[in-house]
Amino acid sequence: MHSGERKVGNGSSGAIAHRLAAKQQEISVTEFFEKNKHILGFDSRSKSLIMGIKEATDNALDACEEADIPPEITVTLERMEDEVFCICVEDNGPGIVHKMMPNVFGRLLYGSRFHALRQSRGQQGIGISATVMYGNITTGRPARIMSKIEGDDAVSWRMDIFIDTKTNRPIVTNDEAFVWEGKDHGTSIRYYIKGRYITGKQSVFEYLKNTAIVNPHAMITYRDPDGKTFVFERATETMPPKSKEIKPHPEGMEIGDLQKYASATQQKTVRAFLKNDFSRITDRIADEILSRAGVSGEGKPPKLTREDCKGIIDAIAAVKIMAPPTDCLSPIGETLIKKGLMHVLEGLRPDYYATPVTRAPKAANGNPFVVEAGIVYGGDIPSDGPVAILRFANRVPLLYQQGACAITKAVESVDWRRYGLEQRGGRGIPYGPAIILVHIASTKVPFTSEGKEAVANLPEIQNEICLALRLCARNLKGHLNKMERKSKTEAKFRIVRELLPDMAGKVSEMLDRPRPDLTGTISKIMNVVWIDSRVKKEGKKKVSVLYTVYNYTTQERTLRLHAKLPKECVNLSLFTDDRFLDMNDEGKVSWEISSLPPSRTAEISFELSGELADTFSPEDVYVSGINPIIVMGAEGLPGDWGIKGLEILETDTDIEEEEQTEDTEEAEDLGDE
Amino acid sequence: MNDRHRAAVNSLTSIVEGLYDQIDGGEIPRMELPLRSKKNIEFDPGTGVWRYGDLRTTRTAKTVQGAQMMLRTAYTADFINDMIRSGKSSTLREMYYISEGWNNAKFHTQDESNLLAEDLETVSGCMREDFRLRPEESGAHVYGDVTFRTLTKKGMRSFNCVDDVAETGFAIPYNVEKDNFEIESTDARFVMAIETGGMYARLIENGFPERYGCILVHLSGQPARSTRRLIKRLNDEAGLPVTVFTDGDPWSFRIFASVAYGAIKTAHISDYLATPAAQFIGITASDILNYDLPTDRLSDKDLGALNAELSDPRFRDEFWVSEIQAMIEMKKKSEQQALAKYGLDYVTDRYLPEKLTDMGVL
Repeated sequence: MHSGERKVGNGSSGAIAHRLAAKQQEISVTEFFEKNKHILGFDSRSKSLIMGIKEATDNALDACEEADIPPEITVTLERMEDEVFCICVEDNGPGIVHKMMPNVFGRLLYGSRFHALRQSRGQQGIGISATVMYGNITTGRPARIMSKIEGDDAVSWRMDIFIDTKTNRPIVTNDEAFVWEGKDHGTSIRYYIKGRYITGKQSVFEYLKNTAIVNPHAMITYRDPDGKTFVFERATETMPPKSKEIKPHPEGMEIGDLQKYASATQQKTVRAFLKNDFSRITDRIADEILSRAGVSGEGKPPKLTREDCKGIIDAIAAVKIMAPPTDCLSPIGETLIKKGLMHVLEGLRPDYYATPVTRAPKAANGNPFVVEAGIVYGGDIPSDGPVAILRFANRVPLLYQQGACAITKAVESVDWRRYGLEQRGGRGIPYGPAIILVHIASTKVPFTSEGKEAVANLPEIQNEICLALRLCARNLKGHLNKMERKSKTEAKFRIVRELLPDMAGKVSEMLDRPRPDLTGTISKIMNVVWIDSRVKKEGKKKVSVLYTVYNYTTQERTLRLHAKLPKECVNLSLFTDDRFLDMNDEGKVSWEISSLPPSRTAEISFELSGELADTFSPEDVYVSGINPIIVMGAEGLPGDWGIKGLEILETDTDIEEEEQTEDTEEAEDLGDE
Repeated sequence: MNDRHRAAVNSLTSIVEGLYDQIDGGEIPRMELPLRSKKNIEFDPGTGVWRYGDLRTTRTAKTVQGAQMMLRTAYTADFINDMIRSGKSSTLREMYYISEGWNNAKFHTQDESNLLAEDLETVSGCMREDFRLRPEESGAHVYGDVTFRTLTKKGMRSFNCVDDVAETGFAIPYNVEKDNFEIESTDARFVMAIETGGMYARLIENGFPERYGCILVHLSGQPARSTRRLIKRLNDEAGLPVTVFTDGDPWSFRIFASVAYGAIKTAHISDYLATPAAQFIGITASDILNYDLPTDRLSDKDLGALNAELSDPRFRDEFWVSEIQAMIEMKKKSEQQALAKYGLDYVTDRYLPEKLTDMGVL
C-alpha cells in the first residue's frame, strides 16, 4: 500500500478498505448464481420454463443410458396461476440412492461428472440444482423428489428440497419412504416455477420434439398446459453405445486447469502426474516437457508454482503430442439420424431425407469431437422462408442464440446454390423447403457461455461442420438432379402416351388416311432405358421393393443395377431373384439384366424386413454396363463406390445432346401487337 | 370461298400432311418456322421495312412444348378449314374458347392462340384474314378532314371524319382492305398518330386538326394491325406525310418502331403494315431537357427495355442511338401530357408547331 501521500476524507485509503471489509460477506456459489441467473440461461420467463425441463430431461436421458435402460420420460406442464407453472419430469432410470438425493438436487456444482471428461448431456453438473433453486426463489415452494432404485426390497423415497442460498446446502423436509405403485425404478422431480408458456420455435414442445429426433431410442411423453398429450414413440430399440471416460488431453489446457488438476491429484510426483493423469503423455514426452519447462519431475504436484505451470503449458505447446483418443465418442450414426428425422418429421411428408453424414472424429483444443449432419427436403416443409436449422450438442437441442453459433456460421458459409437451394449472393442462411440438422458430439463441447446455447466458433469445428454439410448437400443435389430427370421422363411419357397418339389421330382423321404406326417415332423420342423404382410398405417393419427396367431404345441392352441395402434387413427374397448377382459385406448388391430387347421390360423384386427396412431409398440405385446418359431413373455407378461394375460393351450411335428448347424470346417482351 | 381462302385451305392441309408423313415414316415430327425475334429481322431496301431474315427455328415433338404446339397446329388447321368451307368467321378470342374442347390441344391463354395464328401465317404465307380470324375492335379512332367509304350493314357508305362523327372520331374497323374500305377524299396536309387518348382529345378540343390540316389517329397503345394498315394507306394512297407523337419512354419508342419499321412479331407482313416514311415528333430525351418537362425516374424494367433497344437493329441509327443513350444517362422519362405544365394550349401553340416546322412538315 502506498498510503500517506493522499488523504481521502477523514481517513487513509487503508482505513476505507478495512471499513469495506467489515461489510463484505462471503458470497456462496449459490448466491452468486442467484444474482447472475442469466449465466445459467434463466434470463427470461419463457426461457426459464424450458431451462428447467431441459436440465431434468438431460439428466434423465444420461442416467438411463448409463444404466443401459431404454429411456421412457414423461414431462407434464401444468398452469397453476397466471405465471406459475408446475413441472413434473419422470423417468425410468436407475434411481438415486436415498442419502444422495439432497446433494444431487440441492447443491450447485455437485455431481460425479464435474471433473470427468466424457460425452454427456449436462457437462457441468450445474443444471438440475439450479432449476430447483430458481423454482424456490420465484415461487417460494420446494421441489418434490421421488426416487426408487431397482430391487425387490428397495423402497421408494420422497422428500421436499429447498436450497439455502447462503451455504449452498439443501434443506430437506417431509423425507419419507413410500410405496411407488407400479414403478420398478426411476426418478421424478416436481417443482414450481415462474415462467411464461409460449409456442413456436423456442417452445417446450419444440425442445422435446428435437430431443426425440436425436434420441431415437427414447420414448418421450409430453402433456402440455391445455391437457393435450403428445407421445414421441421410440424409433429404435438399439441403445447408443456408451461413451467412455477419458483423461484430459494436455492440448488446449489453461494454466488454471493445470493448477486445479495438480492440487487435486493422487500422484506423488510431477512426472507421474503428467504421465498418468493426462492422455497421450508417455515417459519420453513427460521428460521432454519437464526439461523444456525446466521443472523437476520429482517434486510434489501441489507444490507447482504458477511459473512452473506456465512453463509446462508452454512446453506442451512446443512438444508434439498425439491427438486425443476418439473412440470415447458416441455419435448418433447415419442410419439412426435418418430414422429419428423420419420418425418425428413424418407429418411434414418430406420428399427426401438426404443420406446423413457422420464425419470421422477430430480434435480441437485437446478435445475429441464428431460432427454429423442431415438434410430433409420438400413435402410440406415451407418453401418461402429461410431453412430451419436444428442444432444439437451431445444429443441436446440448442434453441437459443442461433446467430452466435458455429453451426449457423458454417451453414451460412456454404454456397448452397450449388446444391439446389436458393441463397442470395451465395452466403447466409439459404431459402427453400429444407431442414438442416447438425449434431456435435464431444467430451467437451466448447460453448460460448455457461448457458450452453451456442457452440463457440473454433476453426477446426467449423471446418468439420462445413465438410459434413457439403457431403450431405451433395446427396441432396443428387436427389434433386434425379427429380429433374424424373420430370423429364414424365414429360417424355406424356409426349408418347398422349400428345403423339392425339396428333396421329387428328391428322389421319383430317386427311382421311389410315392411322400411322407410332413405334418408330416413340423409340426415337424416348431413346432411354428407364428404371422405375417402387417401394411398398408391407407392415410396420417390412417393405417390398420393385425395379422395372424398360428398354425404350432401338437396340438390345445388357446392364447391371447396384444398390446399397441395410444388410440386417435382407432376407431370402433377395437371393432367389433370378437377376441377383452378389452382395458384399457392406450390403452393396448387384443384379444383372442381360440382352433385354427393345421395347421390352424386366423386373427385379425383393423384400426388406426389420427395424431399418424403411430407411432404404430405392431411388438410390446405380447402373453399369450402359452409358448413363441414356438411362433414366438411375445414376452411373460412381468410381468410389468400391464395386466393379459391368464394362460398357455396346456403342451407342444415336445419343444426342439435350436439345435446346425453342427460342421463345420473341413477343419482344413487350406489348408489340 | 374465294381464291385466297382456297389457298389458305391448301397450305394448311399441306402442313398437316407434313406431320402425317413424318409420323408414318417413323420420324420425330418437326416443323420449321422463321425465328421470330429481334435477332432475325433484316432491313429490306426494296420496301424500306424490316422483315424476318433467314434464321429458322425447329419445333420438334421431342419436347412437350413442341409436341403440344404441333398438336394444336393440327387442331387449329382443322378448325380454320371447317370455318372457311362453311363460310363462317370467328374472333381470335372465340378460337381460344373453342379450344376448350380440344383436350391436350387446348390453349391455356389467348396469347398462346394468337401466337399460333401468327405461326400459321408465317408458315403458310397467308394472312389472318384469309383464315377468317379477326381481332377485337382495338379502340383506335381517326379525326380530321378525310372521308372514308366503308362497308356497313346497309352497304357502302361515306363518312367524313369531322362532320359525320362524334367528338371521339371515327372508329377504325378491323378490316380496312380495299373490298371494304376506301379513302374517298381528303384536304388534309399530314397525318399525326397519337399514343394517348388524353392528348388526342386535347388536340381536338384545341382545334388543332382544323387549324393545321391534320388527320389525327389515336393509336390506343400498341397499334392494332388495321390501325397500322390504315396509316400506311393514308401515306401511300393520299400521299400524306405521317408523324408519330408519343410519350417519352422506351415503350413509346417501340410504338413508333412498329408503325414506321414493322413490329417484330408481325415482321412477315411488314411490307403491308409499316410506313417507312413516318417521322417521330417526340417526346424525345432532348425534349425533356429543351422543354424542361416534369419527369419520372426510369424503373429497372424501363432501363432493361432501353438497353434491349440498343441491340435492336431497327433502332440502329444515329438519331435513336443518341436519344436512347441520353435517356439512359438522365435516367428519366416523361409523358406527352407533361407539356400541360405550361398551360393547356402550349402543346398546340408552341410545341407541335415548333417541332413540325423543324421536321419540314409545316
